[in-house]
Amino acid sequence: MSDEIKISAKGVDVFYGDNHAIKDVDVEIQNKTVTAFIGPSGCGKSTFLRCINRMNDTIDICRITGDILLEGEDIYAKSVDPVQLRARVGMVFQKPNPFPKSIYDNVAYGPKIHGLASTKAELDEIVELSLRRAAIWDEVKDRLHEPGTGLSGGQQQRLCIGRAVATAPEVLLMDEPCSALDPIATAQVEELIDDLRKSYTVVIVTHSMQQAARVSQKTAFFHLGSLVEYGDTDKIFTNPSDPRTESYITGRIG
Amino acid sequence: MVDMTALTGMHSGEGSARRIRKRRAAETRLKLYGIAAILVAALALVALLSSVVGKAAGALSETYLTLPVTLEQSEIDPDRTGDFDVIRKADFSGLTKDMLKANFPDARGRTTRRQLYDLVSSGSGFELGDYVSAQVAEGNNLVGQTIDFRFLASDVTDLYLKGDFGRLREKETSSNLTLVADGDSYIVSSTGDDFEAALARVKEGLLVEAAVIRGKARLQDNGVVEFQRRADASEDEATRTRNLKLVDQRAAARDKLLAEAEDLEARSAADGGDEALSDTNRSVLIRVAGGWLKMTRITASGGVAEAVVPMQGEVTGTNSWALFTTDLAENARKVSDNQIVWIETLREAGQVETVFNKRFFTSGDSREPELAGIWGAAVGSFWTMVVTFALAFPIGVCAAIYLEEFAPRNKLTDFIEVNINNLAAVPSIVFGLLGLSVFLGVFGVPRSAPLAGGIVLALMTLPTIIIASRAAIRAVPPSIRDAAVGLGASRLQTTFHHVLPLAMPGILTGTIIGMAQALGETAPLIMIGMVAFIVDIPTGITDSASVLPVQVFRWSDFPERAFEARTAAAICVLLGFLVVMNAIAVFMRKRFERRW
Repeated sequence: MSDEIKISAKGVDVFYGDNHAIKDVDVEIQNKTVTAFIGPSGCGKSTFLRCINRMNDTIDICRITGDILLEGEDIYAKSVDPVQLRARVGMVFQKPNPFPKSIYDNVAYGPKIHGLASTKAELDEIVELSLRRAAIWDEVKDRLHEPGTGLSGGQQQRLCIGRAVATAPEVLLMDEPCSALDPIATAQVEELIDDLRKSYTVVIVTHSMQQAARVSQKTAFFHLGSLVEYGDTDKIFTNPSDPRTESYITGRIG
Repeated sequence: MVDMTALTGMHSGEGSARRIRKRRAAETRLKLYGIAAILVAALALVALLSSVVGKAAGALSETYLTLPVTLEQSEIDPDRTGDFDVIRKADFSGLTKDMLKANFPDARGRTTRRQLYDLVSSGSGFELGDYVSAQVAEGNNLVGQTIDFRFLASDVTDLYLKGDFGRLREKETSSNLTLVADGDSYIVSSTGDDFEAALARVKEGLLVEAAVIRGKARLQDNGVVEFQRRADASEDEATRTRNLKLVDQRAAARDKLLAEAEDLEARSAADGGDEALSDTNRSVLIRVAGGWLKMTRITASGGVAEAVVPMQGEVTGTNSWALFTTDLAENARKVSDNQIVWIETLREAGQVETVFNKRFFTSGDSREPELAGIWGAAVGSFWTMVVTFALAFPIGVCAAIYLEEFAPRNKLTDFIEVNINNLAAVPSIVFGLLGLSVFLGVFGVPRSAPLAGGIVLALMTLPTIIIASRAAIRAVPPSIRDAAVGLGASRLQTTFHHVLPLAMPGILTGTIIGMAQALGETAPLIMIGMVAFIVDIPTGITDSASVLPVQVFRWSDFPERAFEARTAAAICVLLGFLVVMNAIAVFMRKRFERRW
C-alpha cells in the first residue's frame, strides 16, 4: 500500500435534473489500493464512481460541480478529453457486458483504438498479458476466436476486467462487479481484484459488506448522497466513528 | 369488508369449474378465429397467385409461321449492287405482304387482304430484313432466291392458336356432299342431314331475336296506352285528334313488330327450314377437295356457301369432307373466318411452330403485343432501385444515427421527429409533384430517367428507413455503449464499431421494406414522366426508362387482348423481383447475425 494520493475529490455535487444525487463529497483515494464504496441502494456511490471517469457525461440531465483531480489534474478541465481520461481510468460494470465479438477482439479493441500496439505481434502480446492479468488466459487461450458472449457469467466478467486492463489504465473502477455472479465466480473475481491492486488503483462499489471487508484496504460509506465516513477498512468495520455507519454495517439501516 | 379466507374457497367447487370451462372455451374460440383468418388469407393468396400465374402462362410462348418468301431482286436490290446498306434499307414489310399474297392468291378485296396481312406480326418484315442483311454481311447474298423464313405470328394468330377465341370444332359427317357452282357461290347439298345441328342452333338464335322484337313491341304498346289516356283526358277536339292519330301510329308499329316476331318464332318451330347465316351466328365451314367453304345459307342437308380457299376439281357425291363450326360468332372474335381457314391450312401443312417466348424477357416495350417485352422495364426498375438505395440508405441511416446518438432532446428535435413520422404518411403522388416541380423544374434532372425516379422514391423511402433504423439503434443494449465508452471509445467509434453493426439487421429489414414499397410504386413516377412509352433498354440512370409497376399499369390499359397475358406475366416478374430482394435481405441478415 502506498500513501500517494491518486484521486482527490473536493466538494463534489451531482445533480440529475432537480435531484441532488451527491452532496459535497470530499475523498482522497490512494494509489495502488483497493477502495470500496459501500452504502444502501440509491445513496449515490455508483454515481460518484461514474464521475471519476466522466461516464456521467453521456447523461444529458446530469450536472457536476466541484473538483475531481487525477494526479493533481482536474479531470473536468476544458483541456481534458474524456476519451483520453477513460483510457487512463478503466471501468468494469455491474453486468458482464462483453462485445458480441470474439474473445480476442474484445480485449484487442481498447489497444486498437488508442494505438497501443503497432504490430499484430504486439497486439497479441497485449491481449495475452491482459487475459493473464485477468486470470482467464488458461481458460480461453484455445478459443480466442470464439464469441465472448459464449463464456459463463464469471468468465465474462473476468474477460471484461481483462478488456479494461488491456487499455493500460492507471485506475480501475468497478461497479458492483460481482452482483450478477455466483459465489464461486465471485471468489475468483475477488481474488483477481486483490491481485490487481499491485498494478492499479482500484475503486469498487459493492453492496456486500463482506466483500468490502475482504478485498479493500479503504472503505467509504455513503448515505443519502453524502460521504458519511471514509477510512481504513479495518477501522470502518470494527470501530466506526459515525453512528450511521455502525447502523449500516450492523444491518439496522439499508 | 372482504373476508380473504372465505375467498380462498372460491378456487374449488362448481362455480370455479364453470369459470375454468368458460375460460377454456374462450381460448378455443380465439384459436379457431386465428386459424380461420389464416385460412382465408392463404386462400386469397392462392387464388391471386393461381389467377395471375394462370393468365401469365399465355405470354410464355410465341408462334412462328414458316412461309416461303421470294427475295425479289427488283424489290430489294434492283441495281444488283449486293451492298449491305442498300439491302438493309429495302422495303421488307412490302415484301412480306407480297409473300402472303403469293401464298394465299385467292385473298382478294381490301378487307380480305388486310386480314391476310394481319396473320403475321408487323415486326416480322424487319426481322426478315435483319436476317437477309446479316446473311449479306457474312457474304451470303440470298437476294433473288426463295427461302423458307420463320415469320413471327401476329397477336391475333397467336391467340387463336392458343384457343383464346374458341376452337374450331369438327362435326361428324355421314353423308355424301355435292357442290354445284352458282355464280360466285356454291349450292351445297348432301344425302343426309349433317347440317341439322347447325341449323337447330340458328333456329335457337331466331327465338332470341324474336324475344328482342317482342320487347320493342311492348314499348310501342306502352305508347298506345299512354296516348289513348291523353286523348281521353283532352278537353279540346284538336288535342284529342292529334293523340288518337299517335295511338294509331303506335298500334301499327306494334302490330308490325309482333308479326315479325311471330314469323321468327314460326320459322324456329317449323321442321326443316332454310336460314341465312350472318356474322352474328357461329360460322359453319366445310373442308373438301383441298378447299374451304363458308356457309351463308343453311338447311338440314345443305345450303349456300362461298369459297374461301378454292377446291381442286369438282365435288360430286364425295364422302371425304369435313364440317366445322366455331365456338364464337365472327363478330364476337378478333380472328375472322378467313384467318381461321388460313391458319388451319398452315397448321395442317406443319408450318406453324410454337416456341418459348424468349423475346418477352429480352426486349423492350412495343405497341404490338407479340413484340413487347419486359426487359426494358426490369432494367429501368433496377437502375431506379440503385439510385433509391444509394440515396435513401446512407441518408436515412445517418439521420437515424444523428437523431438517436447525437441530437440533444429539445423542441427542435421533437419537431423533426414528428415530421419524419408524418412524412411516412404523405401520399406518394405528392412526392411525385415535388419531384416534378423541384428536381425536374429547378434542378433540371432529365425527365423519365431512373435518376429522377430514384430521387423521388428515395424521398418516399427515407421515413421508413429512418424510423426502422432508429428503432433498431434504440434496441441495442445500453450496456454495449457503456462498455465501449468505458474503454475510451469516442461517440463516433462507439456508434460505428458497436452500435451500428448490432443494429444492422434491423436497419436492413427496414430498408428492404422501404425498397419493396418503392419498387411497387407507380403514382409518383407518373408525375415525372416515367409512364412514357420507351422501347429502348436503358443503359444508365439518365436514359429514359419505365419501371415494372408502370409497365403493368400501361399494359393493363391497352385494348389488345394479348396484353392481358403480358400484364400477368409482368406482374409475375415484379413479384419475382420482390422475392429476390427479400431473399437478399434474409441472406444479409443471416450474415450479419452470424458474425456475432
